[in-house]
Amino acid sequence: MTRIIVVTSGKGGVGKTTTTANIGAALAKFGKRVALVDADFGLRNLDLLLGLENRVVYTAIDVINGDCRLEQALIKDRRNPKLMLMPASQSRDKTAVSAEQMGELIDRLASHFDYILIDCPAGIEQGFQNAIVKANEAIIVTTPDISAVRDADRVIGLLEAGQIYQTHLVLNRIRPEMVHSNTMMSVDDVREILSIPLIGTIPEDEDVIVSTNNGEPMVTSLEPTYAGVAFTNVAQRLEGHKVPFVDLTYNDNFMARFKRFISTLSN
Amino acid sequence: MSLFQFLEKLISSNSKTTSRENARDRLKFVLAYDRAQLSPATLEAMCEEIVGVLSKYVEIERDGFEFDLASEDGSTALIANFPIRRVVNHMATPLESRN
Repeated sequence: MTRIIVVTSGKGGVGKTTTTANIGAALAKFGKRVALVDADFGLRNLDLLLGLENRVVYTAIDVINGDCRLEQALIKDRRNPKLMLMPASQSRDKTAVSAEQMGELIDRLASHFDYILIDCPAGIEQGFQNAIVKANEAIIVTTPDISAVRDADRVIGLLEAGQIYQTHLVLNRIRPEMVHSNTMMSVDDVREILSIPLIGTIPEDEDVIVSTNNGEPMVTSLEPTYAGVAFTNVAQRLEGHKVPFVDLTYNDNFMARFKRFISTLSN
Repeated sequence: MSLFQFLEKLISSNSKTTSRENARDRLKFVLAYDRAQLSPATLEAMCEEIVGVLSKYVEIERDGFEFDLASEDGSTALIANFPIRRVVNHMATPLESRN
């Protein structure tokens, strides 16, 4: 059975696309056949994060309109042929596609893949409804900000209304030193408030910007990064493996942190 | 803990809550309303009606009076606390009719 997972957040800029790209690339690295669907029509970015922007010829709209075959729009990843991207169109907006058409597209993709990850646009309007239409699971991405958590809570409610009950929480951009000084909500604070199962805690990491600049997901880069390890762990947990959460407790002692980091890598 | 952090803590500890606590408390408050889809005005109306019913039997102390939505573990609760000043006498009759 293909797992169809929508990556959503309500609020923009919390790391939906980064999460989609990295979890997808990690799953493909494990040997899974993965399709990443960019549902952010008019504001597509998943192609950039994967470094595939130059290869976009046809988009989901062309498939929906029957202007090309499904295989013509799918772009194979440069690093891993098991990872494929279905790009969104950049010229048309979110109202150009109906939930029904989006559903048909996902159905056609399903038989070819183990995982379909759908990168949902920000907001809770038509684009959101289109993105969740065929999903049977959801990854809710949020950050420890009150506005992001509030929006995440709203989205969890809407997903339940859409009968998507299997939800996983990714808490992104945690700054351990701020949690330590009581100037940022902790993982437990957010988990307690949203009360859905936690699948990932991602530290704030400058490497996210570097990886976006290069169009290369962190999970596939040769240099290990904090966020890259954390995203790989999310993919492992999706696969049903019990992986301990990266220790995000703040410690002044750099060597102690480094040793802990290395120990998570060797697991 | 550095000396600076220690002093900072000493100065701030009893004066104000941390911004982390602030965020948590404000979120819990706003989510309780979001989830219940109740406006503060509706809640106010509800409260007045309940107070109206209660006043038939007891006199309510308006100080220390509490009526609010709270959000815990994904569910929303209405927390009400009405301190009673005294029981209104003329409504004591239903008790006698029980015998």
